[in-house]
Amino acid sequence: MTVVWADKSHNQVLKDIKEMHENEVPLLEMKHISKDFFGNKVLTDINFSLNKGEILGLVGENGAGKSTLMKILFGMDEIHQTGGYGGDIIINGEKVQFSSPIDALAKGIGMVHQEFSLLPDFTATENILLNREPLKYTVFSELFGERLNILDREKMDQIAERAIGRLKVPLDKDMMVSQMPVGHKQFTEIARELSKEATDVVEGIKLLVLDEPTAVLSEQEADSLLKAMRLLSESGISIIFISHRLQEIIDVCNTIMVMRDGQIIKTVPSQGVVIADIARWMVGRDVGSSKREARGFDYENTPVLLSLQNLWVDMPGEVVRDVSLDVHKGEILGIGGMAGQGKLGIPNGAMGLFPAGGKVIFEGKEIALNNPRHFLDAGMAFVSEDRRGVGLLLDESLEWNISFTAMQIQEKYLKRYLGGLLKWRDQAAIEEETESYVKQLEIRCTSTKQKAKELSGGNQQKVCLAKAFAVGPKLLFVSEPTRGIDIGAKSLVLKALRKYNEENGTTIVMISSELEELRAICDRVAIISDGKVFGILPATTDSAEFGLLMIGQKSQVLEGGSV
Amino acid sequence: MNLQQLTSSAKGLVKSFGLPRIIIGLFLLSLFITAPFVGVNIGTSLSDTFNRFGMNAVMVLAMVPMIHSGCGLNFGLPLGIIAGLLGATISLQVNIPGPTSFLLAILFATPFAVILGWGYGQLLNRVKGGEMMIATYVGFSSVAFMCIMWLLLPFSNPTMVWGYSGTGLRTTISTEGYYRHVLNDFLSIQLTDHLTIPTGMLLFFALLACIIWAFLHTKTGTAMTAVGSNSVFARASGINVDKIRTLSVIMSTWLGAIGILVYQQSFGFIQLYMGPFYMALPAVSAILIGGASVNKASILNVVIGTFLFQGIVTMTPSVMNSMIHTDMSEVIRIVVSNGMILYALTRKAEVTR
Repeated sequence: MTVVWADKSHNQVLKDIKEMHENEVPLLEMKHISKDFFGNKVLTDINFSLNKGEILGLVGENGAGKSTLMKILFGMDEIHQTGGYGGDIIINGEKVQFSSPIDALAKGIGMVHQEFSLLPDFTATENILLNREPLKYTVFSELFGERLNILDREKMDQIAERAIGRLKVPLDKDMMVSQMPVGHKQFTEIARELSKEATDVVEGIKLLVLDEPTAVLSEQEADSLLKAMRLLSESGISIIFISHRLQEIIDVCNTIMVMRDGQIIKTVPSQGVVIADIARWMVGRDVGSSKREARGFDYENTPVLLSLQNLWVDMPGEVVRDVSLDVHKGEILGIGGMAGQGKLGIPNGAMGLFPAGGKVIFEGKEIALNNPRHFLDAGMAFVSEDRRGVGLLLDESLEWNISFTAMQIQEKYLKRYLGGLLKWRDQAAIEEETESYVKQLEIRCTSTKQKAKELSGGNQQKVCLAKAFAVGPKLLFVSEPTRGIDIGAKSLVLKALRKYNEENGTTIVMISSELEELRAICDRVAIISDGKVFGILPATTDSAEFGLLMIGQKSQVLEGGSV
Repeated sequence: MNLQQLTSSAKGLVKSFGLPRIIIGLFLLSLFITAPFVGVNIGTSLSDTFNRFGMNAVMVLAMVPMIHSGCGLNFGLPLGIIAGLLGATISLQVNIPGPTSFLLAILFATPFAVILGWGYGQLLNRVKGGEMMIATYVGFSSVAFMCIMWLLLPFSNPTMVWGYSGTGLRTTISTEGYYRHVLNDFLSIQLTDHLTIPTGMLLFFALLACIIWAFLHTKTGTAMTAVGSNSVFARASGINVDKIRTLSVIMSTWLGAIGILVYQQSFGFIQLYMGPFYMALPAVSAILIGGASVNKASILNVVIGTFLFQGIVTMTPSVMNSMIHTDMSEVIRIVVSNGMILYALTRKAEVTR
């Protein structure tokens, strides 16, 4: 895979930026940053610099490495515990190595997370200055030490007012957080970072990282946030802005950095960039690198095997609102979309693991919802995205894991005595079947008696597949089959799915966050946005178009295109 | 090389058997070795140990189904015992003497065990995650409720009711003439004057253990283990988790009922009122000593655990008393049984993390 560094206009741009700030040392430089989690590479050779007052937009699909990069910048424990990182972080020309987020804060780096970390029953001021309150001495503190100091309310109000004033937003400093609209909570968080003024031990805030701050905001609130960001940038604070709303990124950022698969794909100034470009950089591989054997699938003449009609699923974090989909016999249908849009809810709801409604019609018969038994009895199977929680009996052997569902649903691997009254587990048959799957899927284990929890992620996934294959389903739902497994295992899993589809004619519905993976093995790909099917395209469609669908806002697409 | 092999295989053995069991085992062994020197008859000691093993083993076995289905330790064992007591008293009321009364007791106890177990199961299905705490109080409150019922129920067999009023059951009822020692004396072997092996009782336990072992190898038994191992997995495999859990609770309750009948026939008395109150703790600690955890247990755990626990309970009083001439035995017994429950519950936290 060639990274697009050779792009001429791009180099030119970089030069321009450099010239602009020729005499300044960049505020932040990250050089050759790399990171792997137990041999699984998530970041490779990340290089970028950020100048004073610059707003850098960081975009990329889920799992592209954005948050890992930010965690490295902050010296989060998670990074140290998994073996540290490679490369250098340079702040104001000085190499730093943060051992904890506290060090990063001391250097003037602030972060606002997607989830609020505020105390609901405290006021804005109290939250802004929590644990950093200016204190007043009293008689008691003379007697009993500093712990009996009292809060200097006046000074607190001043500091909070000053911080809020920098944002120029109508935030009431005395309002309880629990009573605020979401936007104001977000502002409180930002104000907290801004209130960190320079002292002898701590440097004032210089760099602010905003991780999807607009995701929870209404359009109006988002607008005022963007305005506030510009104000901050003018006052010399640099901002790294992470967002999935690409129009915002284009509007507010000076530079846009696109990440994919742990690499920086593009770094461009935002002028003249349209959404379609960013979308393509985000999801697409370089032209020609995805070797796909397009398979002419005849939709006209194959019957519909499964039909979902107005399906809704109440799965926390992945709510499905109204999905209607037809799955044809023998095809591989991909379901993609951003995290949280509801793609994972579809199989979980159809199977009955979460409360669901609507109609699921399989082979012309309606399947009663909310009971996995009906789903399984109909001849469908589901490989869950939650391997450890739903997919496996971690404390039991591979034999049990692979044979259990088939044994319970189809009474395979059982010996019958007393006229079928006694159904005895047939150990030999179980062993034989397990052995054959271990060989077929190349599951690496010491024996078929090994416990599932002792296997690596990739091998656990193969066990989950084997469990589903053992049922011999007519239709197989596979949810995030490659999540959290290394590249080698990934291709094996995908190949196994493709092979199973071709050899047995099993219809497969595959749900994945990785669009390229879907494009590689599916016939069609449906994109889910906001709990609805946003579009279904043949997998051969250009990835840029999928990227647009995934952003899920057609109007924005059009606007972006017209710029 | 040879030594290395030996130590590593020894280490493996220690690991598989479990250090706590080895320590307790050695302690028990040391008690048996000291016994003759302080004037305790070894034959009587062994005889008592076997007897107590047989008396309690079935109640320890009653822990197994519920552990397998993930309902935790059956602290609600008193409920099963109450079903057994109802069976026993009704059997005595019917007043057919001899071994038949034992079979009748089992027969009468069964419907009570099924009904009470079913209700108990429904309750536990509503409190998933907090089963053991709820179970404890199910046990306690059912005992209290039955304290009223023993007085009110219209039993009339003169061997059972209070002599002066003619109504209400006595606290202790003799099984003499009914099923006292029916299992103990069946095929019993008299080795020496002091050492008798209660073969029948041991065989009866072996029979029940075999049934449970076999059950766990059937389709439903496999489902039960899977429900305990990961109930979400089981649900995703089409198992009706609540139904399986209820079944396991019914099985545990029934085994508790049978357990107390076996206990009575050996002990010679039916103990009503507060009798069942503290029965759960020894059974729970026995299976934990045997190496079971809160969601994994085997028949072997039952056998080892009951033997070690009852061995210590039998041996400490006699040996310690003869040794130091002070009654410390009860203290040691309490420390062992409660300490083991504590140990196992902390281990559960370690496993799930």
